[in-house]
Amino acid sequence: MNNIFRGFSAVFYKESLHIRRDFSTLFFSLIIPILQMFLLGYAIDTNIRQINTVIYNADGRRESRELLDRLKNSDTFHLVRYVNNDQDLNDAIISGKCRVGVKIPVDYSDRLLHQTGAQVLVLIDGSDSSVAGQAINVTTAIGLDESLRRVLANSSASFPVEMRPKILFNPDSRSPNFFLPGLVAVLLLNVTTFLTAFSIVREKERGTLEQLFVTPVRPMGLLLGKLLPYLGIGFFELSMLLVAMRFLFGVPIHGSVILLAFLSLPYLFVSLSLGILISSKATSQANAMQLAFITILPSIFFSGYIFPRETMPKFFYYLSYFVPAAYYINITRGIILRGAGWIHLWSDAVVLFLMGAALLIIAARRFHNKIIMA
Amino acid sequence: MTPSTQPSISAQRLVRRFGKFTAVNDVSFRVEKGEIFGFLGPNGSGKTTVIKMLTGLLPLSGGHAEVEGFDVSKDAEAVRENIGYMSQNFSLYTDLTVSENLTFYGRIYGLSNDHLRKRMDEIIQINGLGPYIHRLASQLSGGWKQRLALGCAMLHEPKLVFLDEPTAGIDPVARRQLWDLLFELSGQGITFFVTTHYMDEAERCSHVAYIYFGKLIADGTPDSLRELPDVQLAGTLRIEITTPQVTRALRLAREIPGVRNATIYGQSIHALVDDHYDLNGLREELLKRNIVVAEIRPLAPSLEDVFVELTSKHQAQQEASRE
Repeated sequence: MNNIFRGFSAVFYKESLHIRRDFSTLFFSLIIPILQMFLLGYAIDTNIRQINTVIYNADGRRESRELLDRLKNSDTFHLVRYVNNDQDLNDAIISGKCRVGVKIPVDYSDRLLHQTGAQVLVLIDGSDSSVAGQAINVTTAIGLDESLRRVLANSSASFPVEMRPKILFNPDSRSPNFFLPGLVAVLLLNVTTFLTAFSIVREKERGTLEQLFVTPVRPMGLLLGKLLPYLGIGFFELSMLLVAMRFLFGVPIHGSVILLAFLSLPYLFVSLSLGILISSKATSQANAMQLAFITILPSIFFSGYIFPRETMPKFFYYLSYFVPAAYYINITRGIILRGAGWIHLWSDAVVLFLMGAALLIIAARRFHNKIIMA
Repeated sequence: MTPSTQPSISAQRLVRRFGKFTAVNDVSFRVEKGEIFGFLGPNGSGKTTVIKMLTGLLPLSGGHAEVEGFDVSKDAEAVRENIGYMSQNFSLYTDLTVSENLTFYGRIYGLSNDHLRKRMDEIIQINGLGPYIHRLASQLSGGWKQRLALGCAMLHEPKLVFLDEPTAGIDPVARRQLWDLLFELSGQGITFFVTTHYMDEAERCSHVAYIYFGKLIADGTPDSLRELPDVQLAGTLRIEITTPQVTRALRLAREIPGVRNATIYGQSIHALVDDHYDLNGLREELLKRNIVVAEIRPLAPSLEDVFVELTSKHQAQQEASRE
């Protein structure tokens, strides 16, 4: 029996029993990602709509009211307050009640009539850059459109250049479509990295790990026996998340679900191996928790889940190549949104698999040394 | 306890250093097959380190050790096949049942299903776990946990079993039962390597060794150690008082002038009294207090006395060599 996987089936048997006995832990680790998906799925909307806006209309005539109607109809601005002097306009923004202030000067209509060029002051709270960017874009577009309309009003000419953008794959720019496939990658860490790390650290705390080391069990047998039951749980969690995504949030899956399931295996493998590596370092469950959180942060910020990887500073961009979630998010978005196939995604899967194997081997070596050095 | 040509454990000049600290310093001993070897010493004196070296958990910094004929440095896996190990805290999976714990350890050692079932029946027969077989290990009392842990350590029929402080935190009755079990198993030819703090347990071993800060300072049968010339108690007499009312007698005996020290040992009291004490007088003193004494007789020094004596001698020697 000189087999490097020795003890695998025994550990697998025992680990499955642990999971069944500790049903509440399992339940919560399965249900919390679903709850998180609900919160994030409903709460996060990157499409900036209905920005609170304060208006100081010093003119008040028809032309000025037409302009305000255009702002209102854009869906970007929500006109919540009308003021009568500059002081109030400023205060509304400083107090945070409004993010955008529009001042239409007293001579707006006059200048339009005399074609001398009217100016509209738009004050924007820059403390949230995405809101500010959207406000600038929409107000500029409205201004340009209004100008063109007036210039071309009396002629039969049409626009010389017209851009016709067509958004592929997520035509309505729905936030859930963008967020949820990435969120799946982050949430899976909860049941994979965390649970495996805990399961081994718990044995350290109880002293049973030391007991196992005196038996002929081999590190690889021990680690794989620990890993596979949690792979099953991770897979179950993945299916629940996908079902919730598809049927509760209505995110269509354009590609093959089977392929998605298959390509998820290497990612689960990496996350589980990471948990095992953490457990080789951590001395207590609290310690394991801290270390596991350290791995969660890059998965959120450097994976492209929220911020596009391409716009990161060079250093972080290259760093993101070491973040497994970056590859997996490419896989989930690829299959779910773009209908990508095996030929587009195989390289991501291979990278993930290699990462997982490397982590597992490092962990096994560390355990081997630990066995000897404990 | 028939010494055969090949010992169960042969440790020669074992050394283990952790950085500059030498935890085990030139320790040699030999454990014959079928012995109950008591390995004693204060906390932090290197007992557990020696066990870890002999089970292949810790590489040797020096020396040579063979366990059941296998070199621990070269063939740790073969060593592990042939030994059982029960650690201080029993290391059971408390959320698994008794039978699940046994099944797990059986599978770890690669027992076939039939063999496992047969061994489980045997273990349950020996340690009486039958009624608790489907109970969670967390619901067992300390004594039963310990029996289960011993069962797990013996499932694969090891020839040698290491027990690291098996009775720490166990009530005296359970301790006694465990020792009865060890005697029975040792009668079947299994060797036991037991570390303990309890001197009454040491007395029950067929072979004891005492380690003191990394150095082995005593090695032999309890009787041979008691006869060491170093172990003499000037001016005092050690007696054994046998009485059915030990606990009450102990409390009262301590109040009698001339009794320096008294402790319960099983069904009797061991007391240290002044050299010229009148033993019949003591019997009457106790009778006045309603204690019926069956027997009072002088006693040889206990192992505890032996070790205390050897330790202080050893300390004195060390200080002398430092000066």
